[in-house]
Amino acid sequence: MRFGRTPEQHAFSEALDDLLGAADVPSAARAWAGDDRSAGLKIWQRLAELSVTGLLVPESDGGVGADPVDLTVAFERLGYHGVPGPWIESVAVAPRLLGGTPEAGVLSRVASGEALVSVASGGRALDADVVEQTYALESRVGLDTPPPPPLVEPGERQRAGVETNTVASATLSRATVGSEQKSVDPSRRLFDVTAGDEVVTLDPRPALELGTLACAAMLHGAGLRLLDDSVAYVKQRTQFGRPIGEFQAVKHLLADVRVALDFAAPLIHNAALELDAEVPTAARAVSAAKVAAGDAAYLASRTALQVHGAIGYTREFDLSLWILRVRALVGAWGTPAEHRARILESLVVEPVETPSRGEI
Amino acid sequence: MSTLEFTQAEEAFRLEAREWLAANNPGRLPSMDTAEGAAAHREWERTLASGRWSVVTWPEAYGGRDASLTEWVIFEEEYYLADAPTRISQNGISLLAPIIFGHGTESQKERYLRDMTDGSLVWAQAWSEPEAGSDLASLRATATQVEGGWRLNGQKTWSSRAPFADRGFGLFRSDPSAERHRGLTYFLFDLRAEGVSVRPIDQLDGTPGFAEIFFDDVFVADEDVLGAVGDGWKVAMSTAGNERGLSLRSPGRFCAAAVRLVGLYRERGLADPGLRGAGDEVVDAWIGAEAYRLYTWATVTHVEAGGSVGAEGSINKLWWSDLDLSLHETALSLLGGEAELAGPWLDDYLFSLSGPIYAGTNQIQRNIVAERVLGLPRGGR
Repeated sequence: MRFGRTPEQHAFSEALDDLLGAADVPSAARAWAGDDRSAGLKIWQRLAELSVTGLLVPESDGGVGADPVDLTVAFERLGYHGVPGPWIESVAVAPRLLGGTPEAGVLSRVASGEALVSVASGGRALDADVVEQTYALESRVGLDTPPPPPLVEPGERQRAGVETNTVASATLSRATVGSEQKSVDPSRRLFDVTAGDEVVTLDPRPALELGTLACAAMLHGAGLRLLDDSVAYVKQRTQFGRPIGEFQAVKHLLADVRVALDFAAPLIHNAALELDAEVPTAARAVSAAKVAAGDAAYLASRTALQVHGAIGYTREFDLSLWILRVRALVGAWGTPAEHRARILESLVVEPVETPSRGEI
Repeated sequence: MSTLEFTQAEEAFRLEAREWLAANNPGRLPSMDTAEGAAAHREWERTLASGRWSVVTWPEAYGGRDASLTEWVIFEEEYYLADAPTRISQNGISLLAPIIFGHGTESQKERYLRDMTDGSLVWAQAWSEPEAGSDLASLRATATQVEGGWRLNGQKTWSSRAPFADRGFGLFRSDPSAERHRGLTYFLFDLRAEGVSVRPIDQLDGTPGFAEIFFDDVFVADEDVLGAVGDGWKVAMSTAGNERGLSLRSPGRFCAAAVRLVGLYRERGLADPGLRGAGDEVVDAWIGAEAYRLYTWATVTHVEAGGSVGAEGSINKLWWSDLDLSLHETALSLLGGEAELAGPWLDDYLFSLSGPIYAGTNQIQRNIVAERVLGLPRGGR
């Protein structure tokens, strides 16, 4: 039995750290927010040279045909370094979504880093103004698919469907891009989209699960960064004549963040393995990873803000990049409530081994 | 469903454990902290030993199966899924035995290990004192050297299993001039020896799960010093690591409890709109148990590759103790007005209340995580 990353995956992670640690990502993220995409696109190209953009693109299309675990390794580091851009959409979602469709031709250029694409999730698309093509998905529940299994929580299933990846059939179209909406994270440039020319009807779930998984890994990475920066800060910030990291009130807050992040990690790894193996519980595993990573990263952001004090509450200080990114990603690719509902439904509808007390 | 890959031998081991448990598990017994329950739990240990399931990781020469760490976790998963009885031998086989294997003399191995495997020798742990809880190094009970051995004096408290156990293990100050962690020695003693008095203390659930132990010139022979004289703190800390890490709160325990919680929600929550809101808590308990299961396999992978578990054991302890409590609080929510009535959920809830306290309080664990994992400065209050 073996459950963990390979030496190659550790080396890949370190290579990304080396590149991104020297790339002044915070300046690129600030410029990205302010309409200057040049630095961010340069980082995109350099990551393409490390094959990040081609991770899920088949080798026949110029990619590396990596597995979902490799994807989580990369996205954890993208989150750690706060890299801006439509990474989830172009790298995690597009290959599986567009592969085998008339749009598949773009994938070789996605792999090489020449093309960025975006995919609308929840009616809005990230960086639609900078990508080569934005795609929209419209669920087709009620038209030509059987009704979903019994609901645990009655509600807007059709709307929630695409967001939590429960709809088995959707129309993929080239989207028409509308006006920009302001995100809590200024480096997330969001645009309203409407469905345009229909391309094909497909099952969007495998691609959307990969997007949700990548988002979970990115949240985990952002949480790790917030913790690292907080630990460094409380060691050097002095009050009452001692580093504030000596105070138990501060220590205990940061210890809780470590615990939450450490227990989110194996859920992300397992979700990647389950998606790779295409087991029936994969969607539930992805939801568990997203909930745990979101909770842990959010706790990291709240704690980071608290231990930094007022300096953490400023835009000027780079910590704000991760605090605001985490707040945005917690609700992206399915909200915590939607993912919890999906897990509950799966648990209740699909009984597993359920020994009753004392009857065995 | 899982994507974890086990060998054929590991799968066969799982099946053998499952089938044996299905055929032999008596289900819940009366509390092991009653005279009747203690006898029943010792009998169950004898049954486990007869199937060679009581100490699977031990060498065959001592009644084990030489099982790997992976196989041990498999056994624990099956054990808790079957809801088999709590282990009255836990203190001995999980906390003391690893130290005897590591630090004990051949004579100690011969005298104690085999009897621990079949319930004929049950151990109490004796760490805390009235003035030494979280600050264990401030302990005051003494050991004075005499002809052929030592005389123990002082008081231990919160000694789990002491009311119905046979022997105890704990730390005593053997060098009165040394302070704190120095000058302590690890002793094994007979709870029925002259000069020992045990006063049972009822726990929150009404049963005497622990006791005070008074020592009045209790003689212990040199052969019952475990490890070197004066080296007790170092020896004992390997026990504390076991208790916080993998061995005491088995990975199987929480998955089985989470599965039962889902079953309870299916019965109660779905039928009652007023309880629907507990769904998120059920989900969080399930996620927490799943995370614990997977974290354990990551640890097993790490250890089998030659790694060790140090201060990370404290991260583990914080997780399982908080998870255990919140899982059982959710169960009581689902039981509504019946939650106050005696039953297995209430028993397990009351037990879970102790988790954030024993094996080092969660506040101490957070200090350890902050200082030894995160590298924050020591000291400060």
